[in-house]
Amino acid sequence: MQTSPAYDRYRKLKSTFISGLCVLSAVLVVAPLGFVFFHLLSEGISSIDLNFLLNLPAPVGEKGGGMANAIVGTLILLGLASAVGIPFGVLGGVYLSEYGNAHFNRVIRFMADILNGVPSIVWGIVVYALIVVPMKGFSALSGGVVLGFMMIPLILRTTEEVLLLVPRDYREAALALGIPKWKTTVFIVMKTAFRGIVSSVLLAQARVAGETAPLLFTAFGNRYWAQSLDQPIAALPLQIFNYAISPYDEWHQQAWAGALVLILMILFINFGIRTIINIGSNK
Amino acid sequence: MENRRTHILQAIPGTNKIPDRMFKWFTAAMAFSVGLLLFIVIWNLVRGSYPAIKEYGWRFLVTSSWDPVHEEFGALPFIYGTVVSSVLALIIAVPLSIGTSVFLTEFAPLRLRRPVISLVEMLAAVPSVIFGLWGIFVLIPFLRNYIYPWLESVLGFLPIFEGPIYGVGMLSAGIIVAIMILPIITSVSREILESVPDLQREAAYALGATRWEVIRIAVLSYAKRGLMGAAVLGLGRALGETMAVTMVIGNRPEIAASLFAPGYTLASVIANEFTEATTDIYLSVLFEIGLVLLGVTILTNIIARVFIYGMTSPSGSKST
Amino acid sequence: MKQTLKPILIGTALIAAIAMGCKPSDSSQGPDTGRESGTILINGAGATFPYPLYSKWFNEYIKVDPSVRFNYQSIGSGGGQNQIIAQTVGFGASDAPMSDESLAKARGNLLHIPTVAGAVVVSYNLEKDIKLKLNGSTVADIFLGKIKKWNDQRIAELNPDVELPDEDILVVHRSDGSGTSYIFTSYLSGVSSDWKQKVGAGKSVRWPTGLGGKGNEGVAGQIKQSPGAIGYVELIYAMHNDLAFADIKNAAGNFISPSAESVTAAMSGADIPDDFRFSIINTAGENAYPISGATWLLVYENQPDPRKGRHIVQFLKWALTDGQDIAPDLDYAPLSTNLRQRVLEKIDQIKY
Repeated sequence: MQTSPAYDRYRKLKSTFISGLCVLSAVLVVAPLGFVFFHLLSEGISSIDLNFLLNLPAPVGEKGGGMANAIVGTLILLGLASAVGIPFGVLGGVYLSEYGNAHFNRVIRFMADILNGVPSIVWGIVVYALIVVPMKGFSALSGGVVLGFMMIPLILRTTEEVLLLVPRDYREAALALGIPKWKTTVFIVMKTAFRGIVSSVLLAQARVAGETAPLLFTAFGNRYWAQSLDQPIAALPLQIFNYAISPYDEWHQQAWAGALVLILMILFINFGIRTIINIGSNK
Repeated sequence: MENRRTHILQAIPGTNKIPDRMFKWFTAAMAFSVGLLLFIVIWNLVRGSYPAIKEYGWRFLVTSSWDPVHEEFGALPFIYGTVVSSVLALIIAVPLSIGTSVFLTEFAPLRLRRPVISLVEMLAAVPSVIFGLWGIFVLIPFLRNYIYPWLESVLGFLPIFEGPIYGVGMLSAGIIVAIMILPIITSVSREILESVPDLQREAAYALGATRWEVIRIAVLSYAKRGLMGAAVLGLGRALGETMAVTMVIGNRPEIAASLFAPGYTLASVIANEFTEATTDIYLSVLFEIGLVLLGVTILTNIIARVFIYGMTSPSGSKST
Repeated sequence: MKQTLKPILIGTALIAAIAMGCKPSDSSQGPDTGRESGTILINGAGATFPYPLYSKWFNEYIKVDPSVRFNYQSIGSGGGQNQIIAQTVGFGASDAPMSDESLAKARGNLLHIPTVAGAVVVSYNLEKDIKLKLNGSTVADIFLGKIKKWNDQRIAELNPDVELPDEDILVVHRSDGSGTSYIFTSYLSGVSSDWKQKVGAGKSVRWPTGLGGKGNEGVAGQIKQSPGAIGYVELIYAMHNDLAFADIKNAAGNFISPSAESVTAAMSGADIPDDFRFSIINTAGENAYPISGATWLLVYENQPDPRKGRHIVQFLKWALTDGQDIAPDLDYAPLSTNLRQRVLEKIDQIKY
């Protein structure tokens, strides 16, 4: 190896240069987020008003109208999805952490990871075949189910992880006191990890709240209020998509406003509630 | 451990084991629902695509004619579009992500680390459709007016940068997808770099290596497998990306040399054509495309996990 | 178990409750958001070509009959035909008549109810406010990719007074199955043998060049976003969005600007069979706009749901009477009085 001073300078320079590149790449990674949020705020805020939040969409090409039905629709879909995703995900995670043997767990985890990697559009056509075709119609129910399916593997994996964080001593102490295992699991282990379970659920909700592709062939969209769960229902992401590819300036503005509402909803679920829980626990 | 626990349980008199058993089997059923779900996914896709598989066979994957009116279907343009847009995305995203994770693990000031990590997490929370919206109205006009004309004037002699500039097209899709897979690659590679033992670094520093030499010799070469895993995981995401791609790729089933030309992907053809597939065979073909997409993403996920598992298993159970 | 799971259940219930709770409280705002108990929702899907008019109609119709809502998704004519065959919707809409083959697949007798006619305009995005004149073979060659630049000789010859830019032509077509495409490609097949051989006519064809947009909305959106673009959309989409569109040379040799009047002129000479599957493409009239087409609602003769069936019939009757007066406001051509009468008689045959 050469050790002349000139070579050392070259080495130092190269090191500094590459460190600079790393800093630059960090800036470039964060930059798109900045731009997206800048445009969401600048375009979205000017279009959000009470009209937008409280009214139904106006007929094509007419001014005014809003996305009230889509906002509510997304909340309904999230509620349905949670009803499907939470019991399966949380209790499945309980099994993995409390009962499952290593071999079984590895298989389940592997399958959950595979499911987490299934493209959202594929979920859409699967649930179309599973529910929409037999029910002979697009429906809020099928939209909720598809999002719920997507939540199951997410919640299952994270729940298992947070439960494993509960110290083994807790379980043994409880069992030693003669408390049945299921009570130990529910009242000691799950209670201890409760905040962790809630945030895993919230994270999963935040993940699916913005999904569009699976809703194209399930929830389908609706320009009015959904009357019942076997009817098509509006959802914010669908409405944003339809408005974004349209030619109408009015709709473009509404798409931005809808996107802003959607991202605020997701960030609220994602960070807001988690923060509230953290504050609550620090008292 | 397992033995001791059951032993304790059995030693306690008067414990009613029936609720215990019920709870255990109930949660087991919930856990196994994942298996059922995977079966549902695969079964429905296979069942849906069976007529198409029977009709077109392997030819489907290697022919490039897409003509619903005459019921000629070939998936090659979609496979091509999916692969090219994803590879473009990787070419852009991998260096940036690894650079960022090197910055974060090796020399970022502590008070910068947390915020940057949170920002990357926030980027991961932005839905696809919002990137699409931003792509249509902000990114594409910018690329079309400034970047692409410049690329054409400098590199226009290359076949990949020639032809009319639509704005939407393969390259635009690659760029949008790159932005979308930055967070996953960054966070996985950051975890992997963090799992590199400090001893490695210290040894290299002790030899008088510069910071870059430490990173290259001690960190990156040690983490190579894991970083490849991170990249493949990103690839898996890129392959299945739907909405943003559909909104910016131009939706044209043709294999064109130019990256400026519009293309089409497996996911976006389903998004666009599924509700209007007029004939049974057309619908079945779209199911088969879904099956191909599923197969490819499962494969990349397995490969990624093999890489990452091999990387992090000695130092802990970080293989998520 | 109950006690600790409770918070989770409550959380779920809460989300659901918030969701459900919002609905009635929000819907009490504003006159047109009503969710009166007992309103029924009828789903329809299909053509984007008449979508601006239909959405206006459905909105107006709430005033006529507040007890019913029509939810229409503009997914393209191909989708409309498919969904009505599969009976996932109460009615379909298409601006391409269904083939005998497709009709045979329907579960029952499907009726074509023509509603209005409209013009497919050749719309473009050029910097200055350029008004172009084009003929069929030129349009065909642009969409075949043979004419690549805006200042091509062929375009220049038709437009001697216009200074054409030296820009690439960016062709935009539909990515979905479309009645608008059907009308457009049928026209091109009629005027260009080259087109007929290489591409042909249909709801979705193998486009030799260009990029795909989803629906009339998507194509108009792409034209608007891309300087140098050319595409084909229903007239109202160009009007609403201030897109320029070309005058087209018709069979009589005149350059005709698309409008409700020139479409009416195209319709006046048409011979209309009893199943109402007719074409008004490139008709002989002196002032007929050549790329015109009618659009249809697709309904089953035997309605599966009596309550919905009655509402569909009532709506169809309204659309064929009062609804027709709204059409010209949105630049669609209403049906002739004679044709309306024939269609109304057909509607009376619907059983529910």
